[in-house]
Order: sequence, then structure tokens, then C-alpha cells
Amino acid sequence: MLKASARKFFDDKFPTSTLHTLVAGDHRPERDNTCHWDSALWREMVDLGWTMLAVPESAGGVGMPAVAVAGLAEELGRAAFPCPLLGTINATWVLNACGAGAEKALGEIVAGQSATLAITNQAGSWSPGDTDVSCEQGKLSGTAWYVQDARKAQRLLVSARTASGLGLYWVAADAPGVVIDADTIVDLTRDQAHVSFDGVAAQELTSNGLAALAQAMPAIWTVLAADMVGAAEWQLQTTVEYVGTRQQFDRPLGFFQAVKHPLVNVMLQIDQAKSLVYNAACAIDCEPDKALQFAHMAKASASETAALASGRSVQCHGGIGFTWECYVHLYFKRQKHSQMLWGDAAWHRARLADIVIGPLARTGT
Amino acid sequence: MSDSDRRDSPEQAEFREYCQTWLASNRPPDPTCRLPLSALEIMTEEQLGYLQSWQKSAYDAGLVGCDYPEAVGGGGRKDCQRVANEEMLAARTPYFPNIIGLGMAAPTVFYHAQDALKERLLPRLFSGEDIWCQGFSEPGAGSDLANVQTFAERKGDKWVINGHKVWTSLAHFAEWMILLLRTDKSHKYDGLSYFVVPIRSALGKGVTVRPLIKITGETGFNEVIFDNLEVDDSYRLDELGKGWQVAMTTLLHERGAGELQTPRAGGLKNKGSHATTSYNLTELARTSMRDGRPAAEDPLVRDRIMQQMICEVGLSQNQRRARVPALLDHPMRLQLQNKLLASEISQDTAALALEVAGASASLYLGDPHAPAGGQWNLAYMNSYGMTIAAGTSEVQRNILGERVLGLAKSK
Repeated sequence: MLKASARKFFDDKFPTSTLHTLVAGDHRPERDNTCHWDSALWREMVDLGWTMLAVPESAGGVGMPAVAVAGLAEELGRAAFPCPLLGTINATWVLNACGAGAEKALGEIVAGQSATLAITNQAGSWSPGDTDVSCEQGKLSGTAWYVQDARKAQRLLVSARTASGLGLYWVAADAPGVVIDADTIVDLTRDQAHVSFDGVAAQELTSNGLAALAQAMPAIWTVLAADMVGAAEWQLQTTVEYVGTRQQFDRPLGFFQAVKHPLVNVMLQIDQAKSLVYNAACAIDCEPDKALQFAHMAKASASETAALASGRSVQCHGGIGFTWECYVHLYFKRQKHSQMLWGDAAWHRARLADIVIGPLARTGT
Repeated sequence: MSDSDRRDSPEQAEFREYCQTWLASNRPPDPTCRLPLSALEIMTEEQLGYLQSWQKSAYDAGLVGCDYPEAVGGGGRKDCQRVANEEMLAARTPYFPNIIGLGMAAPTVFYHAQDALKERLLPRLFSGEDIWCQGFSEPGAGSDLANVQTFAERKGDKWVINGHKVWTSLAHFAEWMILLLRTDKSHKYDGLSYFVVPIRSALGKGVTVRPLIKITGETGFNEVIFDNLEVDDSYRLDELGKGWQVAMTTLLHERGAGELQTPRAGGLKNKGSHATTSYNLTELARTSMRDGRPAAEDPLVRDRIMQQMICEVGLSQNQRRARVPALLDHPMRLQLQNKLLASEISQDTAALALEVAGASASLYLGDPHAPAGGQWNLAYMNSYGMTIAAGTSEVQRNILGERVLGLAKSK
């Protein structure tokens, strides 16, 4: 099974000590924002076919159901491996929703090209369609913000305003006129950038970008939620191990209910979020009309889980948990980043309420 | 997780169709009396009679005890009780009155009694003709259950029982009690033994049942006093001194984590019955006004209702995921969460409902203006029964922390 082999892959090749050595070499808050990652190991993942899992067989891909992809994402989050896997999978979900215009781009994914979404504006709106990029006569201008793993991805999937609405475009990350400005971010396991386009010639994937994004968003939220659930499980297990060995008052910390019960609460949260993730993934595969509401539930629950697990992981480690040398900060930061990414918990609940209670008039975005 | 975990085996599919057909024409008419939220609050003979006749007809039709062998009055099927439960829920039937019998006594008797005793007790338990109650807690043995002091002294092949049990739901209607008591005062755990005891026939002859009144004003649970009650040694389950292990079978099933699926009907909606769900909460928010608009249009109220809904769906999806081994890292991890989550989620939902109802949340059962007939207040107060009974939420967190996470034991 894919999930089990992914677990073994990361356990064998990328223990947390390796992650720490790779990304946490420079602790200074004003550190330079060099992109640290293991591109050779990433190449192995590409060769295993993981980046084309969600590409349909008809387009030369593996055509795995969303539940299998979620299983892989869970293991990716558990390892916190820095790479453009989620970006590539996200781009695939969107490409799958674009129709005939995306065949060539899907072919590039099958050929091993990585990708990421450039569909967010400077205000950080998570509503699909809010973009600061426009397209005139086939040329992109403007800046896309909060582009995940931009310096690791080879292709950009860009949303841009057009005369008739919103179009989606496929651009090589190293195309002339594309400038990638790296952001300095808290999360050491990702990189992020704002990407400027100065009259960049782009291949149109669809002229109805809103419809394609609407179709893809539930899967995008679900795999991120899966990543967060995996990371939260790492946080839980690592903290449980620590409080099982650390002695105070002549007992292991985990003996005390003030420590035991909060960790149980973390487990309860993880399990609900995990069940909601696989429920959403099942719906994406089998009940598309339920996918949107179930994906909102999954991401909202995963965001709450990430917050709780992160807080308890640092707190229960005590003083050592507050230091750079202890690994928990790597996941603490990754989870904080993931919590906000593609909509925080309250954002998703507001949209869920629109579906299950009925729409509420909302101004602005 | 694929959709195959929802798919039935051929036996289950055939049985499901049978259940649907039977329920289509045999779902009982609505009762003429108000039914309490659950069987634990049955107060009157009228309520009991209505529910007993429903359980009997469901048993006669094969919808109760489906997975138990035929020799003990069961259906001899494999993994079919879940199917019957799902169909009874979908058909919005009443619940079963013999809740302690079905959920706790039956699996305990099945796993620990001699064959002759099983064959005698279980058919009338399944049919609901014999109501059962549970004699575990005592004034000095709550969360520390192993501290029970009710004592049985040996007298030939008889035992003479003295002691005091509390929080004994349904004892006022019960024929039988499952009874955890002490046969040896020198060992805390290994001094416990487990009996089934006929209590109705002994009323006034060694057994006294007195009602305890709940914070809701309802009766439904009791205290039971044993004063030199003589019982036969053949009513002992398993070996002498094995009471704690037998009690674990009971508790595991009570918490929904046992091997055998509990027969469960219910979902009946009538003027007297009410479910503490975010769906009902949403309906309440549509009709409760705040600042001149429905509460359902207040973004903060909406957010909190969604939090409850997400928890409810999360709990039900836990139960679905529990059937997919590839998505489980520990076999008992999800099962042991059921009772804790279900009780706390419904408590929070009821608490939120009272806030949403606003001023009208002050109105109780019997007030003609009370929203949902005052049921939210009833549900909120009764929810504390659920977070306390069967091991408090605090004890549940100890169990999860110790058995699943492997943290150091508190005792």
C-alpha cells in the first residue's frame, strides 16, 4: 500500500535529525532566505511516480483515487519533507478540471515536472478568483503572492483576470519576464515567494478559471489537511515519548493528569480530523456533490488540530521545547503555516455554514 | 479507505433488505405518552409497556441479538446487528427499553456464564421481557470502582449478600441485576467476584429499591440495598476472584468498544422525544431571534454551530474509519474514544442551544412557550449523566492516555 511504503521511505531516508540539519543551520531571525532542500531525494519520489498519482490514466498518469493521495500527503506531513509534492498535486487537481486545454501541461507532470499554484493576491484572499495578475493578449502582468515552494517548482499555474473573467495559465518558472522574489518566512520546511510577471507569454489552460478552481479546491484543502494530520501525529508521538522519559517529582511527566489529559485531547482532535480527511477524500472520489462541505470540515478540523498539537508539543517539552535544538519547533512552524494556508478554520466554517444553514450576505473578500 | 467499507457482505445485504421490508410495515405507531430522552429515564409503566412491546416484536422478527448464536436465543448471523441498527435508526423506530441488558449484561453473560445460565437468561433479555440493571457503583466506589464493599459471604452452595449500590438505572423495573461485589476483603482487585442476581423476586425479601431523583427532577435511577440476600452459587459468573476481569467485559461494551455490537434502535421523533444534534440546533437558531434577526444569521452563532457539526461528523467518521485497518495505528484507539466524545459533544451542543434560545432557555418542560418543549434544558442537564456514568470523562482520559498512548499509570 502506498501509505505504508511512503512511511517506510521517509523513515529510512529522512529522519527528523536529517531535516533539522538540512533546514535549521541558520537560526538568526534575519537569516538569508536560502532554499534548503534535498533535490536528489525529491528526484527519487518523482521516479516512484508520486507526482503523477492524481493524473488520470488517460493522460498517462496513475489515476489514483483521492484517498490514496491523502494517505501519501499524511506521510509527507509526518516527515515534513521540504518539496513541491503538494504543489504538483494541487496543480494536477486544477489541470484535471481544465479540460482539453490542460493536456499538454498534464503531460509535463507525467514527464516529471513539478509545479505550484500562483493564484493568491497580496491581500492573501483564499477565495478562488482573487488575483492581482491580469492577462491581455496572451501576456501575463502583475504579481502572484504566497506562492508555495516557488523556488522548487518548475511550472507555475497562474490565475489572471481577463476581459471575460478569470483565466488559468501555465508558465515555466524560468520563463523570461518571471521574477521570483523569495519571502522570509517562519516555516523552515517550506519556501514561499511572490512571483512577478512582466508581459510573460503564457499558455491558456481554460478561460473559465473559476469553475476549474471551484472543482479542484476541495481536493486541495483535503490533501493539505492530510499533511497537517500527519504532522500532528508526529507532534503527538514525539511529545508522548518525551513525557514518558523526562522525570520530575520522581515520576515521568506523563503520569501527571495535567500532562496526560491534554495529550489525550490532542489525540482526540487528530482522530476526528483524520477521519474527516478520509471522509472528504472518499467524497471527492465517490460523492462529488458532498465533497465541498466535507472538505471544509476536514480543513477546519485539521487547522484546529494543528494549533492544539503545536501548542501542547512545545509546552509539554518544557524548557527544552523552547530551544532551537529541540526538533518540535520545525513542526510547530510548519503547522502554523499550514493553518492559514488555503483558509484558516473560521474561514472554512463560515463557508460550511453558507452551505448547511444558508448563505449569509458577506461584503468584500 | 474506499467505499468498500460501506459495502455489505451477501449475508448483510440480504438481511438489510429483510430489515427494511419488515420495518416498512412493523414500525410501531407513535406512543400516546411522552417518552424520555433515553431508556435510562423511563419512569412509568405506560412508557415501559410501549417500549417493551416494541422490543419484543423486533426480537421476534430477528432484529435483536442477531450476532449471538441461536442456542442462546440469538440470530446466528455474522456482523448483522450493525445492519439492523442502521435500518432501525433510518426507520426512526423507538429505542429499546432493555438498554443495560442489551449493552452490558448480554455480552458479559455470553462471555462468562455457564451454558445453561446463558440459555436461560439471554432469550428473555433479548426480547425485553426481563429488564436488567447494573449494580456497580457504591457510595464509596465511583471512579475508583474496584473499591466496592458490597460483600458476599459463603454459606454452603449459597452466598449471603449485604451492601449498598447506587445510580442503578432501571432497578425499579428490573428482574435481574449484574452485580460486582467483594468475596475477599484482603485483596482489592482479586477480591472481587461477579454475579447475576434476580432482584424483582426478592423485593422485600433482602432487596430494597429506592428512587434517586436526578437534577432534572426525573426519576429513573435508584439505590439498591442488599440485606442478607441469599443467592445460589450457580449465579456466579466466571471464577471466584475474577470479578474485575468480568467487569472489564461489561465496561468495554458499555463504552462501545466491545467485541459484540449492541442492539440499538431509535431515532423516533415525536412531540416527546428529542435528539441533541447540530441539525436540531440549526433549526432552533432559525427560529430564535436576536437583535431582530434569526440567530442563524449571526456569524458567531453560525461558527459555533459549525464547530459542533464538525465534531459530530468527525465522531461518526471515526466509526467508519475504525473498520479500515490500513488507517489505524492502534487497534483500540478509536473505539475507546466513542463514549467520551459522544457525551462531551452532545453536552456542548445542548449548552450552545440554550445560549441560542436566549431568554426562552429559562422555560422548562411543561411551559407552553418553551422551545422544543423544554427538551434542550432536559438534554443539557442529562448530558452530565453521560459524562459521569460508565467512567467519567476524566477516567476515560486516563484510560486513553495509559492504554493507547502508553503514559504512566495513575494507580
